[in-house]
Amino acid sequence: MLTHFLHWKWSIAAVLAASAVVAASQPPATAQPPASQQQPTTVGIVLTGEGGSQTRLAVPDLLALSSDKETQDAARVISQVLWDDLNFEREFYMIPRDTYKSIPAAASIDAVPYDRWRELGADGVVIGTVQRVATGIRVEMRLYSVRARQSYFGREYTGAAANPRVYAHTMSDELHQSQRNLRGVARTKLAFVSDRNREAVVATVEKRDVKEVYIADYDGANPRRITINRALNITPSWSPDGRAIAYTSYRTGLPDILISNIYAGTMENPTKGVGQNFLPVFSPDGSKIAFMTNRDGNPEIYVVNRDGSNIMRLTNNPATESTPTWSPTGTQIAFTSDRSGTPQIYVVNADGSGLRRISSESYADRATWSPAPYNEIAFSAKTGPGFDIKILNIERGETRQITFGEGSNESPAWAPNGRHLAFMSTRAGRSQIFTVDKDGRNLRQLTRDGNNSMPHWSQ
Amino acid sequence: MRRDSRTLIAAVVMMTMIAACAKKTPPVARPMPPPSNASGGSVTPPPPAPPKPIIEEPVSVPSMPETDISSKSLDDLNRDSPLRPLFFELDSADVSASGQQVLQENAAVLKKYPTWQVTIEGHCDERGTAEYNLALGERRAVSAKNYLVSLGVAADRIKTVSYGKEFPFDPGHDDSAWAKNRRAHFVITAK
Repeated sequence: MLTHFLHWKWSIAAVLAASAVVAASQPPATAQPPASQQQPTTVGIVLTGEGGSQTRLAVPDLLALSSDKETQDAARVISQVLWDDLNFEREFYMIPRDTYKSIPAAASIDAVPYDRWRELGADGVVIGTVQRVATGIRVEMRLYSVRARQSYFGREYTGAAANPRVYAHTMSDELHQSQRNLRGVARTKLAFVSDRNREAVVATVEKRDVKEVYIADYDGANPRRITINRALNITPSWSPDGRAIAYTSYRTGLPDILISNIYAGTMENPTKGVGQNFLPVFSPDGSKIAFMTNRDGNPEIYVVNRDGSNIMRLTNNPATESTPTWSPTGTQIAFTSDRSGTPQIYVVNADGSGLRRISSESYADRATWSPAPYNEIAFSAKTGPGFDIKILNIERGETRQITFGEGSNESPAWAPNGRHLAFMSTRAGRSQIFTVDKDGRNLRQLTRDGNNSMPHWSQ
Repeated sequence: MRRDSRTLIAAVVMMTMIAACAKKTPPVARPMPPPSNASGGSVTPPPPAPPKPIIEEPVSVPSMPETDISSKSLDDLNRDSPLRPLFFELDSADVSASGQQVLQENAAVLKKYPTWQVTIEGHCDERGTAEYNLALGERRAVSAKNYLVSLGVAADRIKTVSYGKEFPFDPGHDDSAWAKNRRAHFVITAK
């Protein structure tokens, strides 16, 4: 049996960049780019459950090796967030943390009370330490097999203490990669629209609340405002590299497409104010944007290069065409059209050929194509007074519903690993962002402040 | 630039066509009587309650003393606007008979004050999706604009903007609120 323990030390910059944040006082925010994903990863030993059952994991509080409050807080936050992150993907059965409060913390990382963990039925336990160092904190975590009494996976990170959650997110993603060959989403982010600042729109006598684009961690933590122009800013869409967000902005009074480079602090305007332009979405390679525009007198779908060149009309119909989404290969676009009399989802090749209708609902909108290898389109479908989220498997032609009439449920957005969806729901009263797994389980409410809508998940 | 100007020309040409032959009608059956060429329709039966013929002069302009109008700020004008909103049926951008009446009155006001510039805002109720409502609001605003243009108001005095369901006038969740929120709303932007 392999017994080696892989111990990657890696530097700070990468870890901290993952939490890189956007200064709230500048319209296009400035900060570091997110961490580039991959460290060299070698799968050592894979932890399994006893007798083929689901692997049971425990994540007790990390041991604080320094007595200052920041280190103590970090030890508690990291273990709680790591538990949540691992629980989110449902690859492991996460043993509730309050059931092992009585198990004494390991006096050192090498003195794990295996018998106690065995009694609890744990297959694995993540033990770790947090220590203050000159540059911030050093966090070491190891996944121990309770049966084998040895470490199967370990990581050490050093960085600032300001946002300890990022250590947990990074550990979770790396543990999922190593142990389950799974791309976790703990370091991804959501963009969404919020009126939480409760500022009034200028230049109108009506009482209207400003809506701005925000980003937050995938679990709703660390919300940051991206746009500051005291107007309507809606329908955000991440660039594939996670460095830019395209959105519909009314900052000039008329809707147009802006791209905020959120780390460089610059802005682009690929549609240059020609007509009114809405609902931008980046192509999978980031080079093009599909959008809806009224420049021909009625709403049609267009595609334009990110730099504004090579504009192409994709639809040509007197009905309404709206709300485009790209297929993962960039060769097809799904969109909404009411040419049949009601809004339905259609698919067309990116050159305009091969149009076909794929939905038969009373009203369907906001198609969003799942990442490869899944060939599914999620959308909002009218099911009663409001909408519910449905998923169409394109190959099988089967549609299944994953929300069921609790409030109105709209604007689905896939997680980059194709296992989860973010969406807007009014089930809690006002509009709020939720995430749910694509089997309808694991519902989480992410926002509570103001009205929040139109989520989009970063890659 | 060339492309832009061509688009503009195309838009102007189209606008003229729209004015001449009424609305570009989708294949979907939508009962919108054309505003100005009702006499030509020998095939289709006349609408049940035909709007009164377009006679531009006698339409009554809401009375407002000249001094009031000229002394009022834009904000004051918009707070108590002589330009009335028109309302729409669910998921429709067709101008109803009562909407035509409103637009005829608004056209008369705009002709009386030829320096005014307006923006027509298209709004929707919350029963559509946020995304599709952006397109529907756009169609509503453009429907209202096209009708005004067909009544002789210069197209370059009218901008349109769609707010979808983002800025409801009535925050309620019932029929009465929804009816108020399905509208084309006039904002005077210059006078």
